[in-house]
Amino acid sequence: MADSNSHIDVQLSATALSLQACRDFVVHPSCGGLCFFEGTIRDLNLGATVTHLEFEAYAPMAVKEMTKIAVAARDRFGLHAVALHHRTGDLAIGDTAVIIAVSSVHRKPAFAGCEFIIDELKKTVPIWKREFRADGSHWLNAHP
Amino acid sequence: MMKIQCFGVARDIAGGPYLSLDQLEGRSVAELRQALLQAYPAFGELVSFAIARNEEYASDEERIEAGDQLVIIPPVAGG
Repeated sequence: MADSNSHIDVQLSATALSLQACRDFVVHPSCGGLCFFEGTIRDLNLGATVTHLEFEAYAPMAVKEMTKIAVAARDRFGLHAVALHHRTGDLAIGDTAVIIAVSSVHRKPAFAGCEFIIDELKKTVPIWKREFRADGSHWLNAHP
Repeated sequence: MMKIQCFGVARDIAGGPYLSLDQLEGRSVAELRQALLQAYPAFGELVSFAIARNEEYASDEERIEAGDQLVIIPPVAGG
C-alpha cells in the first residue's frame, strides 16, 4: 500500500464502542472475509468476583502503537482494511473494551490478522487496567 | 529537575501523576532506570517497566535531552 495509514481506523474512546462503525469501515465489495474480535469485561478473574474495571491510557503513544500494529497486520496479512477501537475509563461487567475488525479477499488472512492484532496489542500498547473487587483494587499484570 | 509522567501502578508508586529526578540530561535511559530504582525501590517489585521517550519506547542506550517527554510504562494490560 502506498499510503502508510490508508484503510486504517484507530480510535481510543472514552465512550461506548460501536461494532457497526468498525464493520462499516472495513466492509468492501472485493472482500469476502470480514473478521471481528470483541473483548468484553468478564465477572470472574482468577476465581475472584470482579465488580468493574478502570482503563487508563497514555493516549498519544497508545494511538501510535495501535496504529503501528494495525499497519503491520494489514501489510503482513494483505488485509484490505483494519479498524481498531479501544476504550478508556470505567467499564462495567459486559461492557466492550476493544473491537477489532478486519477485511480481506479470503477468510484465512482475516482470521490470522485479527488474532495478530489482539496479541500484539496486549504486549505493547500503553493501556492499563485496574480491577475492582469487593475487597479492593489492583493494577493487572503489574506484579509477579 | 526533569518531570517524568507516571501511569497505572507507577502513579501509585510515585504518589502522583509525575515524579521529578535531578541531572538526567545527557544520561542514558539505563541510568534513568537505575536512578528510579534507587529513589523508588517499589519499581523493582514490578514484573518489568519500560521508559517512553517522546512517545516511543526508549532503548537503554538512548541519551536523555532537555525537553524530552519521559514516561514510565509499567506492564501494559490492554484488551
